[in-house]
Amino acid sequence: MAAGTGSGRTVSATFSPVRGWLLLPSWLVIGIFLLVPVLLMLVYSFLTKEFRGGVIWEFSLAAYDQFVFDRGLFGDDPPQIEWAYITIFVRSILQALGATVLCLLIGFPTAYFIATRPANTRAIWLFLVTIPYWVNLLIRTVSMKFLIRDNGPLNEALLAIGVIDAPLQLINTNFAVQLGLFYSYLPFMVLPIYASVERYNFALSEAASDLYAPKWTILRSILLPVVKPGIIAGCILVFVPSLGAFLAPDLLGGAKTFMIGSLIEEQFKGNAGNWPFGAAASMILLSMVLVVLLFYARAQSREQT
Amino acid sequence: MTSAIALKGVRKDFGTFTALSDVSFDIKDNEFFTLLGPSGCGKTTLLRLIAGFEDTTAGTIHLYGEEIENLPPNKRPVNTVFQNYALFPHMNVAENIGFALRMLGWTKADITLRVAEMVEMVQLGQFVHRKPSQLSGGQQQRVALARAMAPKPKVLLLDEPLSALDLKLRQEMRTELKRLQRETGITFIFVTHDQEEALSMSDRIAVMSSGAVQQIGSPNQIYENPANRFVADFIGETNLIASRVDSADGMHVVCSLADGEVLTALANSPLGPGSTGVVSIRPESLTVTKTAPKGESLRGTLGDAVYLGTDTQYTVLLAKELTLKVRMQNQFVASQALKQGDPVFVSIADGAARFLVD
Repeated sequence: MAAGTGSGRTVSATFSPVRGWLLLPSWLVIGIFLLVPVLLMLVYSFLTKEFRGGVIWEFSLAAYDQFVFDRGLFGDDPPQIEWAYITIFVRSILQALGATVLCLLIGFPTAYFIATRPANTRAIWLFLVTIPYWVNLLIRTVSMKFLIRDNGPLNEALLAIGVIDAPLQLINTNFAVQLGLFYSYLPFMVLPIYASVERYNFALSEAASDLYAPKWTILRSILLPVVKPGIIAGCILVFVPSLGAFLAPDLLGGAKTFMIGSLIEEQFKGNAGNWPFGAAASMILLSMVLVVLLFYARAQSREQT
Repeated sequence: MTSAIALKGVRKDFGTFTALSDVSFDIKDNEFFTLLGPSGCGKTTLLRLIAGFEDTTAGTIHLYGEEIENLPPNKRPVNTVFQNYALFPHMNVAENIGFALRMLGWTKADITLRVAEMVEMVQLGQFVHRKPSQLSGGQQQRVALARAMAPKPKVLLLDEPLSALDLKLRQEMRTELKRLQRETGITFIFVTHDQEEALSMSDRIAVMSSGAVQQIGSPNQIYENPANRFVADFIGETNLIASRVDSADGMHVVCSLADGEVLTALANSPLGPGSTGVVSIRPESLTVTKTAPKGESLRGTLGDAVYLGTDTQYTVLLAKELTLKVRMQNQFVASQALKQGDPVFVSIADGAARFLVD
């Protein structure tokens, strides 16, 4: 054991300069396509808006100010808290949380089911989960719209079997947006949970059962804690993109379900946009996500020790 | 006195494969009982049936007179020490040991007391707050033992618990396990493929092969009086020589070997002339001499000699390509000065030759 670790260290020490070069492409890609755009956003959010889109290179806090304060039509009224954008943010967070919970409720049993199939059939099940994702997200979201509209197949089926008397108004509701988000991001929940359940040692469940634990207790105090990293990874992978999503809210929701993603999208579309404001909203969104991730990372490192 | 475990006609099929066929025997209260056999013989399956992880295909299992084969594992007052320990990775040593007690609804104070007692029993005092990943293999093994013994099970099941340890630790743990079993008075059912483990710890051993019990007996009985060819071959070293019964007087038979030589042997049951089988003779029951000894002996040529410290192992070539392994203590050999190629006589200790019917 000790010898193995020792030789491993020697190998990595010998190869470390080479390894540095091998990592260069990754660094370049991350640097150019991730870091630079984020920095650009940060800079833009502190600039002055140009009326036909774009920016004037002049420092200004107007974008952030506009997000939080309402100063009237001409900007000279006494400042009041602007609730419109805060409401959109809160709604987005709730929607993303809802989608995450929905994905977890459906995704966990799915992942568990797949991970407990015989090894040779697991690949087929995983393949089935990913099949819908071979179709473009836009097309899938539009199909969802057709499915759930007032005289769509879902309502007709429910009417036919007599569960309801009049078509349910599903389209343009929070529920529709949830459904869209859930459908868009379900595999991001299933796959990481599958990976950790697949590695789970089922002898632990047997041991718990042997030590007088009933089924639900085994799930709650053995299986869930042990596969927690997979669950958290899945939740992050669903929550974060849901927070900034704009396709599902645009197509399935209405004015009352407006989310941050759509708000930001609007600022960069056509001539009516406000680039610094869009950039500022993005930066606020990004900082919120980072705060969540930091809390998670700290909780994780505390658990390790 | 009711048996700790009574198995009647227990059978287990996995699809078309029969892992156990018609197993029936009793395990006594307070016994260190070992299921011994090669891998795939069904010993672990039998243990899992007793624990409740698998359902029997047919037959009944009684635990101290109570039928248990329809109870789920969490309703059976037996606990298991798993082969790879199966310690809960997110719980520390104390939480692992106390798990069953929490499930049984013990009070906090009682749990603390019992955990402290178990921790002391397996000498893990300074490690109670460590997670399993921070312990060595031997320490994990002790936690697994303490965890399974904490709820005071009526029967403790041990599934090859020593196989993941290195040799020295394994030998230490043998003594340790035997001590724990004596001190606690719990019935142990121990599964292993290692005959040395089985012989050194057990009160009784069930030797298993291809889903059936071949023989049950004390280590001594199993070694000295193997019931059949499989047991003779599996336990310890032995010479197995094909032979046929010439004449019989109850269980004493006179049989001839392929090379025409004749010897007397003891059978397990009365046999008639003409029965075929093997004669089993342990290497240490044979003696090589240069001069003809009194009584029965076989004639042969000395093959190679392997010096093993206290013993020397000889190969003796008989006629018709028959060979015998002989093991002699060196204090008796030194004076003889045996050389390869010498014509020698091999004599058999009284009652050491067993005739085993095919």
